[in-house]
Amino acid sequence: MKPLKISKDLLAGLIFIGFGLAFGYASLNYQIGTAFRMGPGYFPLVLSGIIIFLGVIILLQSFATSAEDGPIGRVPWRGLILVMVALVFFGFTVRGLGLLPSLFVSSFMSASASRQTSLAGAFLIAALLTAISLLIFVWGLGMPLRVFGPWLNF
Amino acid sequence: MDLLANLGLGFDVALTPVNVLYCFVGVLLGTLVGVLPGIGPTGTVAILLPITFTLEPVTALIMLAGIYYGAQYGGSTSAILINLPGESSSAVTAIDGHQMARQGRAGQALVTAAVGSFFAGSVATLVLAVAAPPLTRIALQFGSAEYFSLIVLGLVASVALAHGSIIKALAMIVLGLLFGMVGQDLYSGQPRFTFGYFELYSGINFVSMAVGVFGVAEILRNLEDEATRSVLVKKIERLWLSKEDIRRIIMPILRATGLGSALGILPGGGHVLASFASYSLEKKLSRNEAEFGKGAIEGVAGPESANNAAAQTSFIPLMTLGIPAHPVMALIIGAFIIHGITPGPNVIRDEPALFWGVIVSMWVGNLLLLILNLPLVGLWVRMLTIPYRVLFPAIITFACIGTYSIGSNAFDIYAIALLGLVGYVLVKLDCEPAPLLLGFVLGPLLEEHLRRAMIISRGDPMTFIERPISAALLAVAVIAIVLSLMPAIRRKREEVFVEED
Repeated sequence: MKPLKISKDLLAGLIFIGFGLAFGYASLNYQIGTAFRMGPGYFPLVLSGIIIFLGVIILLQSFATSAEDGPIGRVPWRGLILVMVALVFFGFTVRGLGLLPSLFVSSFMSASASRQTSLAGAFLIAALLTAISLLIFVWGLGMPLRVFGPWLNF
Repeated sequence: MDLLANLGLGFDVALTPVNVLYCFVGVLLGTLVGVLPGIGPTGTVAILLPITFTLEPVTALIMLAGIYYGAQYGGSTSAILINLPGESSSAVTAIDGHQMARQGRAGQALVTAAVGSFFAGSVATLVLAVAAPPLTRIALQFGSAEYFSLIVLGLVASVALAHGSIIKALAMIVLGLLFGMVGQDLYSGQPRFTFGYFELYSGINFVSMAVGVFGVAEILRNLEDEATRSVLVKKIERLWLSKEDIRRIIMPILRATGLGSALGILPGGGHVLASFASYSLEKKLSRNEAEFGKGAIEGVAGPESANNAAAQTSFIPLMTLGIPAHPVMALIIGAFIIHGITPGPNVIRDEPALFWGVIVSMWVGNLLLLILNLPLVGLWVRMLTIPYRVLFPAIITFACIGTYSIGSNAFDIYAIALLGLVGYVLVKLDCEPAPLLLGFVLGPLLEEHLRRAMIISRGDPMTFIERPISAALLAVAVIAIVLSLMPAIRRKREEVFVEED
């Protein structure tokens, strides 16, 4: 017996079913209503049903291996984590630290997401991007963003 | 002579210095992102959307539209020079265009693409101007049942035209619709799927969604395999076409203009379909069929004209019905709404200056593109040497500032990260993001019209079938699904789209 292979279709099917169950379950908390006067829960519940149905079809298809179905391939973990952290960091600090420091650190992290960029390279890219952004958005377009935030007292 | 008066009004608006300037900025940015693989018009429009808040509505729309059709021009440049289409609709151009470049005829290929695009764009803009008013009159008679059916058709058509699994694309649409349900219910005011977050009461931020699933997901995808691109041609020698070349491209351009104008109206990426259809048409009609794939100039002239014509006419459903035919159109709807204009048949009556100004600006933009592309092609070639590792941090940085500046809300940035992650996982599993975004934008509209139609019909779902226009629209939707699921057509479809990968 060959081991169960985790294919793209299998995962995709499971994800769609998962979303369907989650949205469907949450819809039950809202008034469903009738076809005549639909409540807030009616349409989402119908959609959840449809997506679960489609998810099951995709799942079943995955057992009959189709041509386009293949292994998942590699995931750029380093890049993925750095990009995510860069975004969250920006969101978390842009108000407190202000645009300049927050942007510099975020762009440094996202630049480091590439394996081809050295530390010095990332530093250079971040400095360049921060300067360009300040020039365009703050001085050029006059967006009301503080360059230094209240966490930095000067 | 209404048309002349209207176009006159349009010229008055489009030719003011400010509007010409922003039209130029739009097509310049469009060309840039079209040239650079890895960043498309959807992501760019999403990132720039917040910047347009400070502009006049008409100026903002002129610029955003310019990005969209400018990208169609730019996409051909990288397709020809590095065999890497910057835009999906330029994928077929790469087949023969790149071969021409290898034979030292890059200049001719670029000129053909630019001239074809300009001609097709100009004609299609006129088609838009002629077709929009009568269509608007029909649209004004649409009730909720018709709108519901029309949206269903639009969503289904976007699937039939996408490549990859149809079932997955359908599931992506439904997922998009579900994401669109987040926020306060229109009728009862009840917050749905908000997990108690007040920020979600007005729904998931539309810009976060677009930047996440198109921008961040695409970047992560590109980080999987970092290859360095090589530019084939450093210097473009001759730009002039020979008499023989001109003779060979006239008919393909004319045919492609017609084909593209017609297919562009279809929702969901008609421009991609148009360029593929034009390529196969020219291949069939050509006397030197064997030359196709080895540098046939017709293989550049046809698809490039077709995709540009389609890019213009895809504004028809947007301008007359308020229904987006492409994710970029969906973002432009967002721009309309932000400026307090409800897109749909009322725009032409309530905002004639805006309506005709945007249409005429498209012609102005096409002219600017011609000027921008031919003498400056060397500049664009140099752009291609910017390494991706510099480019993607820039995309992330601009996306952060742009999104944050909408509402000074950190929540929108977290949403980008989360949606980018979800988008990446789905894209990795071969699920296309475009249907998701269309579903997300149209979800609230679909629900509103469904509920209203059902109230009007007192709960009788037969209303969608008994009303003739609605029934016809639904019938087309069903036919589209059935056809695309049929094995013979499926195989053909795979054949057509396989060249894209």
